[in-house]
Amino acid sequence: MKDFIIGGVNLKSRLLIGTGKFPNHDILPKVIESCGTQMITMAVRRVNLDHKEENILDYIPNNCILLPNTSGARNAEEAVRIARLAKAMGCGNWVKIEVISDSKYLLPDNMETIKATEILAKEGFIVLPYMSPDLMAAKRMVEAGAAAVMPLGSPIGSNRGIRTKELVKILIEEIDAPIIVDAGIGKPSEAAQAMEMGAQAVLVNTAIATSEDPVGMAKAFSLAVKAGRIAYESTLAKESSFANASSPLTGFLHEGDK
Amino acid sequence: MIVNGIEMKFNTNITVIELLQKLEIDKDKVVIEINLEIIPKENYNDRIINEDDKIEIVGFVGGG
Repeated sequence: MKDFIIGGVNLKSRLLIGTGKFPNHDILPKVIESCGTQMITMAVRRVNLDHKEENILDYIPNNCILLPNTSGARNAEEAVRIARLAKAMGCGNWVKIEVISDSKYLLPDNMETIKATEILAKEGFIVLPYMSPDLMAAKRMVEAGAAAVMPLGSPIGSNRGIRTKELVKILIEEIDAPIIVDAGIGKPSEAAQAMEMGAQAVLVNTAIATSEDPVGMAKAFSLAVKAGRIAYESTLAKESSFANASSPLTGFLHEGDK
Repeated sequence: MIVNGIEMKFNTNITVIELLQKLEIDKDKVVIEINLEIIPKENYNDRIINEDDKIEIVGFVGGG
């Protein structure tokens, strides 16, 4: 399996995972170990002054790349502010831009995302924008300095799979940067599907975090991602409308019967 | 001063590090923003907070 290179870093794992919605923090190191992920997302929020919670960073192994997101941002300006706060935490210069002002479907605002990408890439961030799969928007994000483009499969946390398949395929074909399918992947088979299509990686959170056994599900996703990637690199066999027999159509036992 | 959206009053002007101590917050796990300006950790001991400052104390939480 070819290595996955992003932001100048060579990764063995093509599964990125989010840290939201897990039943507790204690499970995170086990989930990370079971799937071998090397890149982990988190969010920036106000510290709760009333009841202090344990810090999530204490549960993330040091060799993982932290990919803070800008969730909560409703426009480019807010995304830039959150990204700078995240960077000041001293855990690297990666950022997943997420600009959302639609609370029903949580669909991203591509135009504001392009603006934020440009500002943050110029400041030296490694920028991974979460986006609605639109070819021109993706091109502009890459021109603005995005290290990868992260189109959604279906709305965040919906577990509905890759409903945007045709559009994501176009991005994979046309965009000269890694495509990471983010949001909506609910099953390992859907992660495998994204990888078979040629996505460079997938980002999964809800499907792992809210399963009965997140450690087992993380493992299932990592196997599916590997299987899908190997299938892509091996080039899938052609589809056809009619049957194509697997054995020669000669030498049948009934030949010569009267 | 307003800290994370909550109005707070202290008798004297306090520094950032004193505010964190009063709130029992570990300085290494948060980032402080005063009036939209991020305060470098090395300035926590000297930076005095003014009465009308707006302070944000943020940290990482789970997210996707």
